[in-house]
Amino acid sequence: MDIQGVLSRGLLPLVAAFGLVAVSAPAAAWEPTKPVEFVIPAGTGGGADQMARLIQGIVAKHNLMKQPLIPVNKSGGAGAEGFLEVKAAKGDAHKIIITLSNLFTTPMATGVPFNWKDLTPVAMLSLDNFVLWVNAEDPYKTPKEYLDAVKKGGPNSFKMGGTGSKQEDQIITVAIEKAAGVKFTYIPFKGGGAVATQLVGKHINSSVNNPIEAVAQWRAGKLRALCVFDDQRMPYKNKVTDTQSWNDIPTCKEAGIPMDYVMLRGIFMPAGVAPDVVNFYVDLFNKVRATPEWKKFMEDGAFNQTFMTGKAYADWVAKAETLHRDLMKEAGFLAKP
Amino acid sequence: MEEINALMHGFSVALTPFNLMLMAIGIILGVLIGVLPGLGGANGIAILLPLTFTMPPTSAVIMLSCIYWGALFGGAITSILFNIPGEPWSVATTFDGYPMAQQGKAGEALTTAFTSSFIGALFAVVMITFLAPLVAKFALQFGPPEFFSVFFLTFCSFIGMGKEPPFKIIAAMMLGFGLAAVGIDTVTGQLRLIFGWHELMRGFDFLIAVIGLFGIGEILLSMEEGLSFQGRSARINTRIVIETWKKLPKFWVTSLRSCVIGCWMGITPGGATPASFMSYGIAKRMSPDGNKFGSGVPEGIVAPETAAHAAGTAALLPMLSLGIPGSPTAAVLLGGLLIWGLQPGPLLFVEQKDFVWGLIASMYLGNIVGLIIVLTCVPLFAAILRIPFSIVAPVIIVICAIGAYTVNNAMLDIWFMLLFGVLGYAFKKLSYPLAPLVLALVLGDQAEDAFRQAMLISQGDVRIFFSNWLVGSIMGLGVLMLVWPLIGRGMAALRGRAA
Amino acid sequence: MEEKDSSAAAERPSGLSTRAAEIAIALFMMLLGGLVVYDSLRLGVRWLSDGPQAGYFPFYIGLFICISSAVTLVQAMLNKAAAKKIFVEWGQLKLVLMVLIPAALFVLGIQLIGIYVASAVYIAVFMIWLGKYGWLKSVVVGVAVSVTVFVAFEIWFKVLLYKGLYNPLALIGY
Repeated sequence: MDIQGVLSRGLLPLVAAFGLVAVSAPAAAWEPTKPVEFVIPAGTGGGADQMARLIQGIVAKHNLMKQPLIPVNKSGGAGAEGFLEVKAAKGDAHKIIITLSNLFTTPMATGVPFNWKDLTPVAMLSLDNFVLWVNAEDPYKTPKEYLDAVKKGGPNSFKMGGTGSKQEDQIITVAIEKAAGVKFTYIPFKGGGAVATQLVGKHINSSVNNPIEAVAQWRAGKLRALCVFDDQRMPYKNKVTDTQSWNDIPTCKEAGIPMDYVMLRGIFMPAGVAPDVVNFYVDLFNKVRATPEWKKFMEDGAFNQTFMTGKAYADWVAKAETLHRDLMKEAGFLAKP
Repeated sequence: MEEINALMHGFSVALTPFNLMLMAIGIILGVLIGVLPGLGGANGIAILLPLTFTMPPTSAVIMLSCIYWGALFGGAITSILFNIPGEPWSVATTFDGYPMAQQGKAGEALTTAFTSSFIGALFAVVMITFLAPLVAKFALQFGPPEFFSVFFLTFCSFIGMGKEPPFKIIAAMMLGFGLAAVGIDTVTGQLRLIFGWHELMRGFDFLIAVIGLFGIGEILLSMEEGLSFQGRSARINTRIVIETWKKLPKFWVTSLRSCVIGCWMGITPGGATPASFMSYGIAKRMSPDGNKFGSGVPEGIVAPETAAHAAGTAALLPMLSLGIPGSPTAAVLLGGLLIWGLQPGPLLFVEQKDFVWGLIASMYLGNIVGLIIVLTCVPLFAAILRIPFSIVAPVIIVICAIGAYTVNNAMLDIWFMLLFGVLGYAFKKLSYPLAPLVLALVLGDQAEDAFRQAMLISQGDVRIFFSNWLVGSIMGLGVLMLVWPLIGRGMAALRGRAA
Repeated sequence: MEEKDSSAAAERPSGLSTRAAEIAIALFMMLLGGLVVYDSLRLGVRWLSDGPQAGYFPFYIGLFICISSAVTLVQAMLNKAAAKKIFVEWGQLKLVLMVLIPAALFVLGIQLIGIYVASAVYIAVFMIWLGKYGWLKSVVVGVAVSVTVFVAFEIWFKVLLYKGLYNPLALIGY
């Protein structure tokens, strides 16, 4: 274990959390007076849903909040439904929403009248990684070997599977195509689990699944991880397969694909809420992050545990929005006005 | 045998008083969830999942899977009593179950449904116990063309069997396909058929349509008979279970066929809903009493219930052994496994023997516990029909509204439910068939997705649907099912000439 | 599908004719079909090198709805017998509307004051007005159902149901 990593990732926020508690407790801080609705702009069983329900479980188990936290799935229209609802609930202190990249991609691709600026940013919980996977029976050991084969095979002969259309997986695919000068046939499926299975069954040639979606097949030796799309390697050094840890997977940059992409797993709430309401939730998520269950979940899913709040978070989101707009514009995914 | 030993070990894990208690609680909660339309198995488990974080994983999964069995059992209750399918896979159960209840045979219908469910589940569990690794590989063979072929087969085995005017059948089915297309297109991400109305983005959920068409539509129809109507004369007989059991063995062929269809659809993973429709359609085609289907014959309950339960159970196998959820409920359970710190996938059977075999043992026990609980309640359920209509009707409408809301947490859906109710009333009176509409709505977009994914793979070459033995033979079987009525007629004509 | 035998009411006095109902539904279906075709044309209805466009299938679906409904429409117009057959007697229609209109008001009530309160009121009113039950009994049943639902969903399953634009339960902290 990397002691400094533990300190900075685990203890510091913990200290910060206690600090906040100590400071805010005497001032009769705001607390929820009724159940808090936790909107999930995705279906049951997906990545965001899992994380939200884990948080609900942690909050209940460790008694972190007097009122219950109640997850509600509003997945319609690639999540637009959930976002529109939170947008409409201006000033509601009892509603929070967990986001994924569809915070940016859905309004851009469909033209639904919604932007993250309609919400109050609360906290970035983590960043989700993407890994380039191929079937373990295929001969490609490095990203370069694979992409050379794709180039040699000619345009559209290799199939990249992903979740949804004009969303993060397809954006990454287009970015790879640009960076490596190749052309895939992108095949959209409804969920990450289905994509991993299709890859094991060799119905597609590669995927950009999140670690948690493909880890089971990786451990079983059915899939091979070629590279991760973060700008640094994943920090987890415990062996996951017989020979490899998450940390052994090179970044795509060092393997010669000049691009990176991570997905936001963050919390927002409706606009027009008081600062001490936001502080309450920031504090709550700090406590959640300090629990062993959360830490285990982060490691199992090889998440990037960057945590941000306040202005830093808002700035990050603004930057991510510009990045998505550029990527989607280049790919021709923006909705026609 | 290795499996037997492992299973015995599993029983020793599952058979603690604490776990047995969890099983009973799980079944009862599951039945409740299954009865309330909208709050399906997947939602129910997602809702109760966080409560299990404090339990050991084996106990937790026992309780959650029992909720799942309970929901499978419970879906049949409202289908039979009120023509409201609590779960998508119970739609086919209404076709004969509701007429039976109308004829005063609710107890018999319920017993048939529960018993068939049990047999289907048992068959699937036995298969899981002994064939797990072998069967799991089969699921990997399924890419988009194979999925499309399964949907094709489902449609082929179901259509062309109605007595309604053909143009009305086409219109109703196409309306179902049209409704299924509303919302975001999976393949291109484009918004379809919403005309700028963003609330329509979520599309028309199958359950909203079903609750309206079947449930509300039925209440409106009953109203024509007037309010004097004081409840059905539900014969309440505590020995109804035994009496029904005596009649069931003669349906063994249908039952066996439905078990096979169900297991196959659960593993592939086509799911319980297509399994129930396909099984009903094929039973109708194959059975000597086929033309009586729809008027209230027990065989019309045996076929869909057996298949749905076999599929629902078999769907857990790919989840455990491959990490692919075979159904939405399995997907939520899968999330649960991850949260408890277990990794589903090929290694689960090796690394977590206690857990896996405890779960499999609990499938046997849970279904037995479930069967006992629901069968003892049959007279109680049947007695609900005795409550006067002027109390039951508003309560059903309230429950339907709640169900419609909980599917997507959307107020607008309640309005749509009401509209579908009016449509269902008019359609029934003008003999537009509802079954093809519902089937098209539930499978339409999945079939289209699979078709277009296959087209992306083959770059627009339709020959992909006959490119290997698996997809080719399923497609062939579909075509055979489509022309079966013609063959039957031809055979009859030949026989007539010979005589 | 069980069918209501519409010929059973052969001696009925007057009502909406089956022909009128057939024509109305067929026209309604044609309208829907037309909408589907219209939007499909926007989406693109061609078969490109990588398979059908988003509007390809919906286009034909819409077309089939229109064609089959047109056939039904023509059949209905030509069918003299259907003009005499009764779709629903006025008396029956009144009964149906006696359920349908309160149901619509109930849904409107949900929109305004939420599921719980609207349900209690709806069940009680339905029982008093149509069932001719006593006040006390009706109110007790209505409130009991509503409270059971509230406990089951809001407290037990922790599922939040719709509480309306003007949430009366805010008074008790929900």
